[in-house]
Amino acid sequence: MQIFTNILLIFLIICAVAASLSKNLLNTILIFMSYSLVMSIIWILLESPDLAITEAAVGAGVTSVLFFVTLKKIRAIMKNDEAPESGSGGRESGEIRTAGAGADGDGTGVKDAVRHNAGKGEERS
Amino acid sequence: MDFANFLTNYEEAVSMILFGIGFSNLLMQKNLIKKIVGMNIMDTSVYLFLALKGYIAGHKAPIVTDGVRSAAAYINPIPSGLVLTGIVVSVSVTALMLALTIRLYNRYHTLDLDEISARLKREGL
Amino acid sequence: MSRKVPEQEYEKTLSFRLKQWFNGTKDPFLNTVEMKPQKEVEKDEDIDWKRKREKRQRIEKIYDLAHNWEIRGFQKFYKIFSGVFCLFLVAMLLIAVSYLPSYGHPENPANNEVAERYIENGLEETGAVNIVTGMILDYRAFDTLGESHVLFIATCTVLILLRKDKSKDGKDIEASDRIYEPKNDVILQTAARVLMPPIIIFGIYVILCGHLGPGGGFSGGAIIGAGLILYLNAFGFQKTERFFTGKTYKILSVSALGCYCLAKSYSFYTGANHIESVIPLGTPGAILSSGLILVLNICVGIVVAGTMYTFYVMFRKGGY
Repeated sequence: MQIFTNILLIFLIICAVAASLSKNLLNTILIFMSYSLVMSIIWILLESPDLAITEAAVGAGVTSVLFFVTLKKIRAIMKNDEAPESGSGGRESGEIRTAGAGADGDGTGVKDAVRHNAGKGEERS
Repeated sequence: MDFANFLTNYEEAVSMILFGIGFSNLLMQKNLIKKIVGMNIMDTSVYLFLALKGYIAGHKAPIVTDGVRSAAAYINPIPSGLVLTGIVVSVSVTALMLALTIRLYNRYHTLDLDEISARLKREGL
Repeated sequence: MSRKVPEQEYEKTLSFRLKQWFNGTKDPFLNTVEMKPQKEVEKDEDIDWKRKREKRQRIEKIYDLAHNWEIRGFQKFYKIFSGVFCLFLVAMLLIAVSYLPSYGHPENPANNEVAERYIENGLEETGAVNIVTGMILDYRAFDTLGESHVLFIATCTVLILLRKDKSKDGKDIEASDRIYEPKNDVILQTAARVLMPPIIIFGIYVILCGHLGPGGGFSGGAIIGAGLILYLNAFGFQKTERFFTGKTYKILSVSALGCYCLAKSYSFYTGANHIESVIPLGTPGAILSSGLILVLNICVGIVVAGTMYTFYVMFRKGGY
């Protein structure tokens, strides 16, 4: 049981680092959803079942769904901008710049920011 | 400063590292949605720490079974109650921040915080 | 005895000038500057427009993110400084962890007599088998009341931010984000038809058995909210409006919060007059036990379910 808890804790740290370094916004939200689920399992192992049920319903449920709906609205506004303007050639205002520059806490230093046009790259692929 | 304590308290150390990851996300990411994910990671790491403070090795969950009423058979129930409130407040704050993000994107058509603040200053607000 | 001095002589004395300076009524230009009548300023529209254009160009040059070296220097400094600050913060927290008492020990300072009182007398005084539920809805019921209000305020704020008035909206932005929605998707509708009743029943079970096992108002409310979101996704807004409209939410949430406030206010009276509470506690282990905890669980569950559903609907459509 102790080894299982240790493995879950290491998985938690890996999920957190992966969520901050990912370049695609959709991937970030999915990794955050699994982070929330692993947290809920850890709470069962710590003998508090109330917290586990609440976190599973709220974190991996409602919060993640709200993130997805936000992403959907943002992409809808982006498409709304691009569609009537396609004749005038590449408006800058519809891009999402996802520059990830997260550092983790155990001293590996700051990674450089990578600018990536995730929104436009996806639609053209 | 007791280094030997790190071997017994390593779970609380994991919670602190997660707090550091979440906080550095909040400060250093440029994308607004990743900042919100970072704040959620910070929140859940604090709840993990609180739940760890209530755990006693060998005792069971705080639900009275078989009429055992002594305090030597159950874990500490108080941190559990505090975290239960905290989880619900965390989802409210996340929903509010996402609503603000949608309104900001409607107005400025970008999710980059530096650009939004530069445009605000240019318009003289 | 003081002699009364005529007014013009009094105005020349030091005490009068001091008093005038103190009160702020002294006119600094009187008797010191020769004033000529001012000329009218002529409005020249050309100069006005030139000044505005210069101001705009100056501001554009200052806040030009790509070329202004001060702003770029500050951004680089900010990155390095914030990285160092985060590392320093984590180091401080880890040093604090090394001072903490041993993990999992029964004699930790956190397990003091308050926890003992809650565990040992919890079942007799509240009647709840689940000690945590008995604690948050009986010993510490005001915290839960405040937290229900936090949910309510969050809902009000999201309503203010995202609600769309149908009469004022000229260009319908909403239509464009529903282009890719599945309309009458067979898999989704079949799955929703099969899953919805168990989800709602499970949510109601978790709420009602909050004092007998793990669960309670919050978890059950979140489960019911998630079930309603699934129904909305599968069947669209028309069918959901048959049983859950804006008016439903208003009535439910206001009455649930009001019921919570009124139900626990008896304790103001009984506590001040040292009267024991007259609410019967019942046998522990039955559903209708533990006094008011069942009623409060239901109220909290209703508020949480409505809140989760309202968040989703406001994000999706901007109205019910």
